[in-house]
Amino acid sequence: MSTTATATTPYNYAYLDEQTKRMIRRAILKAIAIPGYQVPFASREMPMPYGWGTGGVQVTASIIGPTDTLKVIDQGSDDTTNAVSIRKFFQKTAAVAVTTSTSAATIIQTRHRIPETPLTAGQVLVFQVPTPEPLRFLEPRETETRKMHALAEYGLMHVKLYEDIAKHGRIAKTYDYPTMVAGRYLMAPSPTPKFDNPKMHRSPALQLFGAGREKRIYAVPPHTDVVSLDFDDYPFEVNKFDRPCALCGAENVYLDEVILDDRGGRMFVCSDTDHCETRRAEGHRGEILGQEETRA
Amino acid sequence: MTIDDQPLLSARGISKMYGQHVGCTDVSFDLFAGEVLAVVGESGSGKSTLLSVLSTRLEPTGGAVSYRMRDGTMRDVFALNEAERRLLMRTDWGFVHQDAREGLRMGISAGGNVGERLMAVGSRHYGEIRSTALDWLGRVEIDLTRVDDAPKTFSGGMRQRLQIARNLVTQPRLVFMDEPTGGLDVSVQARLLDLLRGLVADLGLAVIIVTHDLAVARLLSHRIMVMRAGRVIETGLTDQVLDDPREPYTQLLVSSVLQV
Ligand SMILES: [Zn+2]
Repeated sequence: MSTTATATTPYNYAYLDEQTKRMIRRAILKAIAIPGYQVPFASREMPMPYGWGTGGVQVTASIIGPTDTLKVIDQGSDDTTNAVSIRKFFQKTAAVAVTTSTSAATIIQTRHRIPETPLTAGQVLVFQVPTPEPLRFLEPRETETRKMHALAEYGLMHVKLYEDIAKHGRIAKTYDYPTMVAGRYLMAPSPTPKFDNPKMHRSPALQLFGAGREKRIYAVPPHTDVVSLDFDDYPFEVNKFDRPCALCGAENVYLDEVILDDRGGRMFVCSDTDHCETRRAEGHRGEILGQEETRA
Repeated sequence: MTIDDQPLLSARGISKMYGQHVGCTDVSFDLFAGEVLAVVGESGSGKSTLLSVLSTRLEPTGGAVSYRMRDGTMRDVFALNEAERRLLMRTDWGFVHQDAREGLRMGISAGGNVGERLMAVGSRHYGEIRSTALDWLGRVEIDLTRVDDAPKTFSGGMRQRLQIARNLVTQPRLVFMDEPTGGLDVSVQARLLDLLRGLVADLGLAVIIVTHDLAVARLLSHRIMVMRAGRVIETGLTDQVLDDPREPYTQLLVSSVLQV
């Protein structure tokens, strides 16, 4: 972690000054020591609006160094405006190598998705979190939610799941699905789809969560239990897709719907664009590409 | 001496000062399992302050409250740690508020309101939680088709009955009630009192009920404590005290009720 300002910018390395980075690193270390516990930190103004991942950006800025390789994804894609601007930000301020390849990255900053390619030891996944407090919409009083965490009183979260089943016949929550971390702290994986919850469980990678507006950092250290809440008779289930990716034929991956034309034509493709491209490069073909190839 | 010869709750020399102002002072009594104690008095008599202290919602300035836990040990309720105290409050104790909005989650379904305590103590089977909730809605005479409706759509009487079900689902041994019939129409009050009397007898509940309404005390309680200016001025069996009050102030209270 370099302390030198780069010649090309007037900013300190990775934009934040060293004192701020030390403060954030202390919060990260505390978060790692108490898995799932929300550590308050003095969130700084970043040159991008809240909702653009300022919490994740501050976490990444505090841990990144010149030898790192950064990947940034938004809804699984490396190419959205948000992902591109954050990637450029670190290229400019931290002179860091960037990649779209999950396996080549040392730090992956994400909003929404966890890559399909399994993460490995030594990698760090940084989540941009809008709403870190899983109990917020059930109990608006901060003093009370803090007490509930301190005493591990999480019955209210099950009341919410009960309400879902009573109303919809199943637990309707499809993202930000509540989890228990290391059997102790209730954690919001906001806004990650529940499809990715099992990927958090005992992951060999370090998972860090930064909420800029709410000024909270929390963490799941490598190989930590992350268990999705459920009922014995309504067990947790991931989102199911009844078809493979139209482009690469991958099954059991998270799919996005893509509108093809204004006559109702549509297809379902991997939301993880790197995963899809890698598979196609390896020769996998989905329904649509398969058809094109036979025509060609 | 068997365990039921020991009080369930024991208060000794309870006082609560608000600065120079007396909330209540030097209140002592024993409450036994299955016993209903009414605390009566006018507003400002200290009865609500006393209830808040007994239920650990307020720290007393002096005195002690001990409670016989489910394992049989007498514990000073103010020496419990917060986790123990909160567990006690949502398992072996209940609290029925005058304003049901303080005791219910108004945006959560009736079933969810009743099921919350079960989930808080670890129930993780939806079907069982729901059937227990339905059973309790039936016992408090709420139409079972309303199980998925939120109490904000309920009448005042229904809200009170739901609040009672929500408290009783963990089979507490002691329930605190703060003017549970206050603000309800007379006919609704009568039905609620009738229901309460039946439940208290069936379940063998101990109750400490605060009321300004001597008719409520007469109907529900075995014993009565009359409070004035923060002190207990008369105590005894409810019928005896109400039929033959010794203290002039109690006589006044009783006669003013008769005039109503
Ligand atoms: Zn694909």
